[in-house]
Amino acid sequence: MMATVPTEYGMLLAALLFGIGLVGLLVRRNVIFMLMCTEIMLNAAGLAFVVAGSRWHQPDGQIMFIIIVTMAGAEVAVGLALILRFYHLFKTLDADAADTMKG
Amino acid sequence: MNAVFYIAAAVAVVSTVMVVTRANAVYALMYLIVSLLSVALIFFVLGAPFIAALEVIIYAGAIMVLFVFTIMMLNLGPKAVHQESQWLSGRMWIGPSILVAVLIGEMLYVLWGGEHPVEGRHIVEPREVSLALFGPYIMIVELSSMLLLGGLVAAYHLGRRVRGDVKEPKS
Repeated sequence: MMATVPTEYGMLLAALLFGIGLVGLLVRRNVIFMLMCTEIMLNAAGLAFVVAGSRWHQPDGQIMFIIIVTMAGAEVAVGLALILRFYHLFKTLDADAADTMKG
Repeated sequence: MNAVFYIAAAVAVVSTVMVVTRANAVYALMYLIVSLLSVALIFFVLGAPFIAALEVIIYAGAIMVLFVFTIMMLNLGPKAVHQESQWLSGRMWIGPSILVAVLIGEMLYVLWGGEHPVEGRHIVEPREVSLALFGPYIMIVELSSMLLLGGLVAAYHLGRRVRGDVKEPKS
């Protein structure tokens, strides 16, 4: 482990990206941006897994990343279908337009 | 070789901040693709070439194309044409182009630079990943298939036209 990147810095980068995604998710009100920020956070979590896996030279971290990518794919498909339906119903992308429930 | 990691990390952070602060969704998408590409470079430097390829193919390729299609589907009408002509002006490409140029420079350095890209670091080969994935982790593969099927059914169900909805514009 001479000329390699310290594990702490990789984890720090993952935390930083996750934090930016979280702040964006809380600040933005456009549903497309909220979905994008979710993607950023998932990607940061995957980065943390790969950094940890490379620290201990094990393939487990990469397998976790494959699971995260699979989940992100399914999540994006459902989320974008929901966004299309949302736009047809409310004619806007503002998440606050859907703040009341029917019941 | 650490410099490659630090520069790619800086590009990732800058482009991610730009994603969160953009007003236009397509601009944000450009920066998001740059961010994913830089994270892929970081994966490569960390000794996970298989994951780096997956990141580019699935994340920056497939998932981002889904986003682009959805944004384009939502922006119908004359306003979209005006926007489209604005995008062709070239001003909006400057930021992402600079960041991508940095990544290309790093890639050329990794390809033709003197030292080996991941020297001193153990590379986890795709072979090891596959052996673990289809060995002890076989249940994960089964669960992923069910998850993907669930996503497919849900997306199909949500994407249907329902008569009770608000009338859709004739197109």
